[in-house]
Amino acid sequence: MISLTSEKCSGCGICARICLYGGVAVNNKTVTFNDRCTGCGACVEVCKSGAIALSGKKENIKNAVNGYSGIWVIAEQRGGHVQNVTRELLGKASELAKIRQCKVSAVILGNELNGATDELIKYGAERVYYTTADFLERYRTMPYERIICDLIKKEKPEVILFGATSIGRDLAPRLANRFRTGLTADCTELEITPEGELLQTRPAFGGNIRATISTPHHRPQMATVRPGVMKPDFSEIRKGEKIRIDVKRDESDDLVEILRIIKKEKAENNLESAEVIVSGGRGLGDGKKFRLLEDLAKSLSGEVGASRGAVELGWMPQSRQIGQTGKTVHPRIYIACGISGAVQHLTGMEDSDVIIAINKDPEAPIIKAAHFSLIGDLNNIIPELISMLNKA
Amino acid sequence: MIKGLNIIVTVKQVPDTTEVRIDPKTNTLIREGIPNIINPDDMNAVEAALALKELHGGTVTAVTMGPPQAEEALEEIIAMGADRGILLTDRAFAGSDTLVTAFTLSRAVMKIKNYDLILCGRQAIDGDTAQVGPQIASFLNLPQVTCAEEIKFENGKLVIKRSLEDCVEMVRLKLPALVTVTSAINEPRYAKLYNIEKACDGSMIGRWDVSDMKIPEPMLGLKGSPTIVKRIFEPKRNKKGEILHGSVKEMAGTLIQKLKDMNYKVINNKEG
Repeated sequence: MISLTSEKCSGCGICARICLYGGVAVNNKTVTFNDRCTGCGACVEVCKSGAIALSGKKENIKNAVNGYSGIWVIAEQRGGHVQNVTRELLGKASELAKIRQCKVSAVILGNELNGATDELIKYGAERVYYTTADFLERYRTMPYERIICDLIKKEKPEVILFGATSIGRDLAPRLANRFRTGLTADCTELEITPEGELLQTRPAFGGNIRATISTPHHRPQMATVRPGVMKPDFSEIRKGEKIRIDVKRDESDDLVEILRIIKKEKAENNLESAEVIVSGGRGLGDGKKFRLLEDLAKSLSGEVGASRGAVELGWMPQSRQIGQTGKTVHPRIYIACGISGAVQHLTGMEDSDVIIAINKDPEAPIIKAAHFSLIGDLNNIIPELISMLNKA
Repeated sequence: MIKGLNIIVTVKQVPDTTEVRIDPKTNTLIREGIPNIINPDDMNAVEAALALKELHGGTVTAVTMGPPQAEEALEEIIAMGADRGILLTDRAFAGSDTLVTAFTLSRAVMKIKNYDLILCGRQAIDGDTAQVGPQIASFLNLPQVTCAEEIKFENGKLVIKRSLEDCVEMVRLKLPALVTVTSAINEPRYAKLYNIEKACDGSMIGRWDVSDMKIPEPMLGLKGSPTIVKRIFEPKRNKKGEILHGSVKEMAGTLIQKLKDMNYKVINNKEG
């Protein structure tokens, strides 16, 4: 609880200048605190007259976690279409909500969202907060932050999940700051204790380790979640509540203008949902060898992927890169050809049901990670596999 | 009209996690002796700052938060062409998560005072969070653009090309602002020999601690961090894998049979 002893206050305004949250305002030498104050205590330390006090730290902590309920997913849309990662997150949110016996809500900002709100409900949102506003059609940081922040203050969810996408990772840190709360990036596992502590597991140290992180004393608990990991749960018959959020423009919205959008070459790959992936690395020796992999993939009705090494050599586009800085995939069969198996690559595919390595180096790390390894020259092995498969 | 751009670049010295090796006896990470480097995305941010300075004039100040040895990173950046470096160092910073790290960096920026643009690398290769840049922008109430692949300064505003998964956006941004960059933006230059002497005499480097920046205790280090690390573990990667033997025909045959036995539809029923 922040308080001012006005007799001591000199009206110098240092407290307002030092506050990084905008929680203190000084007008005509009168100091007022507002709800952006997070109790950090910077103003207390800097006040020369000792006029500001911060009290009740212990209560603050207990109160900090009480009164928050609900699992939220901040939905991502393009042109009114719900993105895959949002569907995945709703599946996970439903699991977490069962343990906490609370509701799953989705928050979706945009313009024409009729189909999207229905879809969010079918994927598990019991409540959908939505907007209808042309200035929100495409994501921009400040209007989205401002509107969602107000909603969080009003509704106090216990957990908020975002996709670990360009947009999710642009927005989530700013929201976490507004509530002085914890945010964990790029989670690959999420669990919640019966008491409501969210256990967030994620790769770190370049993918070499896993860390389990939590936010014990602050709410809401926030996490961005890696796309392609959680499982969506669709049901046509679900019903849910739709709540329209009234929004107004603000001049800060237009500090960033979107001039134009250039669509990227439509990735005709479905790596994230593929059942079979045949992947190639530097060990192929030559980008043309990817044609062999394409033939093998065709025989298995699969997709072609690539390691970072192959992408850096220009053999495959970035959209086919699998690994820490590429896509995460979980096919039933993953065939790694000429891929050494650096941890940054493994992190993107080790969830595959069956991993097969084709490599001429018996010491390559991929051999330890694979279920079956064929040690030899892929130029001989792959054509043989293709011919056997085509005969079958 | 702004004459020249005063740019602050935030950088981090990190262990080179792409060169981490596994101890074959214990199958665990060897964490000692990993060389320290400047985080790759931060090098791209430094290069972007220097390129803007070359075109438009102004100054480039590098700021880093870390142990005393992080000063080496600043020396390298000054040798590349930055005007000065500030090392934020204090035992009390130990254990800081992204929120309090961003708070400390923001206090340093406020102390530097005159700036038009803050450039950051998108993410660090040790923490892998990509959170500090946006959190600094939030503390300083600045508009931000993340994942920038190109930055131009035209008519007093920034025009930026930013990459999303499915498209590229051209955006225009008023200053002051914060921008995070990815490695796609440029190739960082090497340090210039004639700058190295200037860099190493230490006069271009400032060192600030908790009291220099007036950081309150509730925003310091481990205690001030809202997130805690409960557990760190290395994912078990040793599958009881089978190495198939024999001639090429034999290996291929064995593999296909094994997949058939596991009932993989794609093998058993090609139309499936």
